[in-house]
Amino acid sequence: MTETTKKTGVSRRTLLKSTAGLAGLAAGSGAITGFPYVKSAETKVLRYLGTAVNEGDDISKQCLKDTGIKIEYITATTDDVTKRVMTQPNSFDVLDTEYFSLKKLVPSGNILALDARKIKEFDNITPVFTKGETPGGKKIGGQGTAPWKVLYLEGKDSKKFATSATEFVTLIPTVYNADTLGIRPDLIKRPISTWAELLNPEFKGKASILNIPSIGIMDAAMVVEATGKYKYADKGNMTKEEIDLTMKVMTEAKKAGQFRAFWKDFNESVNLMASGETVIQSMWSPAVTKVRSMGIPCTFQPLKEGYRSWASGFCVSKGVSGAKLEWAYEFVNWFLSGYAGAYLNRQGYYSAVLSTAKAHMEPYEWAYWMEGKPAEKDIKAPDGSLLEKAGAVRDGGSYEDRMGGVACWNAVMDENDYMVRKWNEFIAA
Amino acid sequence: MDTSEDILQQAPPGLIPGSGTARAAKVTRLSPSFISWLQAGPMMLVFLAFFLIPLVFVVIVSFWDYNEYQLLPAFSGRGYTDTFEGCIAQLPDLCTIGKTYLMTLKLCFLVWALTLFIGFWVAYFLAFHIKSKTWQMGLSLLCTIPFWTSNVIRMIAWIPLLGRNGLVNSGLVKTGLINHPLEWLLFSEFSVVLALVHLFTFFMVVPIFNSMVRIDKSLIEAAYDAGATGFQTLVNVIIPLAKPGIVIGSIFVITIVMGDFITIGVMGGQQIAAAGKIIETRVNALQFPAAAANAVILLAITFLIITMMSRIVDIKKEL
Repeated sequence: MTETTKKTGVSRRTLLKSTAGLAGLAAGSGAITGFPYVKSAETKVLRYLGTAVNEGDDISKQCLKDTGIKIEYITATTDDVTKRVMTQPNSFDVLDTEYFSLKKLVPSGNILALDARKIKEFDNITPVFTKGETPGGKKIGGQGTAPWKVLYLEGKDSKKFATSATEFVTLIPTVYNADTLGIRPDLIKRPISTWAELLNPEFKGKASILNIPSIGIMDAAMVVEATGKYKYADKGNMTKEEIDLTMKVMTEAKKAGQFRAFWKDFNESVNLMASGETVIQSMWSPAVTKVRSMGIPCTFQPLKEGYRSWASGFCVSKGVSGAKLEWAYEFVNWFLSGYAGAYLNRQGYYSAVLSTAKAHMEPYEWAYWMEGKPAEKDIKAPDGSLLEKAGAVRDGGSYEDRMGGVACWNAVMDENDYMVRKWNEFIAA
Repeated sequence: MDTSEDILQQAPPGLIPGSGTARAAKVTRLSPSFISWLQAGPMMLVFLAFFLIPLVFVVIVSFWDYNEYQLLPAFSGRGYTDTFEGCIAQLPDLCTIGKTYLMTLKLCFLVWALTLFIGFWVAYFLAFHIKSKTWQMGLSLLCTIPFWTSNVIRMIAWIPLLGRNGLVNSGLVKTGLINHPLEWLLFSEFSVVLALVHLFTFFMVVPIFNSMVRIDKSLIEAAYDAGATGFQTLVNVIIPLAKPGIVIGSIFVITIVMGDFITIGVMGGQQIAAAGKIIETRVNALQFPAAAANAVILLAITFLIITMMSRIVDIKKEL
């Protein structure tokens, strides 16, 4: 990967040309070995609907080079991705979405489960997804829509999640991470170790949460538990009374002026933090990295109550069949074969198949990102820009520590409708 | 500006005189009302296909039921009853929808009053103090500058200006006027109103300016000759004659602000309620019937306001 980046620096054009040539070759060879029709000469194109997380240009370029499949990205926010699947299932081929939206997507019948037997690396997928534990055997918190609860379907067209492994996989895992609070250590000037700090009056007017009701309320629940006010049976599936209680805590904080602003967009969160408008807020790992790359101190703070995690994966639209379905399998297999995984790992996310990603990373990179060791050399982003100087240690440490510390997963509650109404009430309060 | 005036002053459709050529003769044989329909037709079809029909669907869907992942086409008032949940039980406290509309109307009124005041004087300046048509055009184009960038970029740009460590705050702290940065400059009702006024004054300027340039200058001279003071001329001549522009501008501003949720969201730090925001939250949660019900309520209230305004001025007559 690093080599490719360097080449691009020298002569981007040559690389593009050779890429195009290779793509042509791949398409050509397909015409000979594959289908004896004129139709097969057309380029293999897949429309890829998802959020911006996985949709790197480098990934689509490398995919075209390796497989001849042209990826057309359709980028939308998490909410809009779900909306599009429900209302326009024929407007995409491959879907990249989060596990928590499956509770809505699977009953709609608009997506097609993939066959685990056709996924080469399926058995190498991290046990985080299949067993709910880290490779080192640490048990992971299962509150909310944990991926292993919704990974399998009972049958090909079933709308029921299977309790044990079947070959029908709702989403082939790709990427996931453990989220926590981002803080500005230079402005807070003291150690932060608990979620309760989010609503600490000390940070009045300087705190923020995510403006997605289903996720915002879980952050709030982490705070409520941390303060010892209440212990939820499942933070990701609250009863009406629990929703009331959580929203009451939030409403009081809002009325007292605790929150500076809620954010929805990656860049908004970076801006709030970088400008010092907020000093403590729920955040995503690459956003913290971005603030830091601007030369502003920012820490993705591990907290004793644990992380709120999320995960996403691939499935296809119900309209996909025949050759297109084969391309989809080819693409998913390619995605798990290492290049993309290494790319995601280098952004601070985690890839689903660790062994292949490791093979595509330098040992010092692996040691920094995955093992929590001090960086031997400068750590660079996939685009080559400097992220961390040698000697730095990743916030939260190793994969085992971070994923092993997950307390709950992003979720859609059974009482979602009620929760949304309460959220509107909270905003109006 | 000039061109729109010319169009307005053209003869009514049926009265276009034939020019003597064969084609023109053929045209004159068509009935005038047919030609009027033909001219209005394209716009009417667009209006029907992209506004009226979707609107009918919205109203229908607002009476449907729903679950987590689909619309259930069975009659249900749930979208409405949920919306007005607690409105009687919580009295004398306002319910969610009551508080939301109170806030929306408050913002709407503030923005309307400010854009009207600023827009009126900008239009006045352009119409009466700038003699050259080119300059009038050039200066009114300046009013469109806020629209040259995308909404998001514009919003983000307010942070370095109004933020805690922004230009205004650091300037005030340095001059010693304040000791601590003012928190209410950003992510507050103040910043919402500021951003909306900054954006939508343009929608006041254009129609008011358009009305003002059409005021016969001899009327103003007559008022002056009759001994009216500048203020009397303004109140008795200019404002009454600029009324259609004022009403049209007001309709623009009020309808936009009533439905806005993006500017209110970003400038209010997503913590200020807006009628549009309720709809957005519902749509994002895939609760389309509830969103549709809220849209119908918003439409009804906006329509009510517009009706009241057109009671004050009969726009059709004034044009």
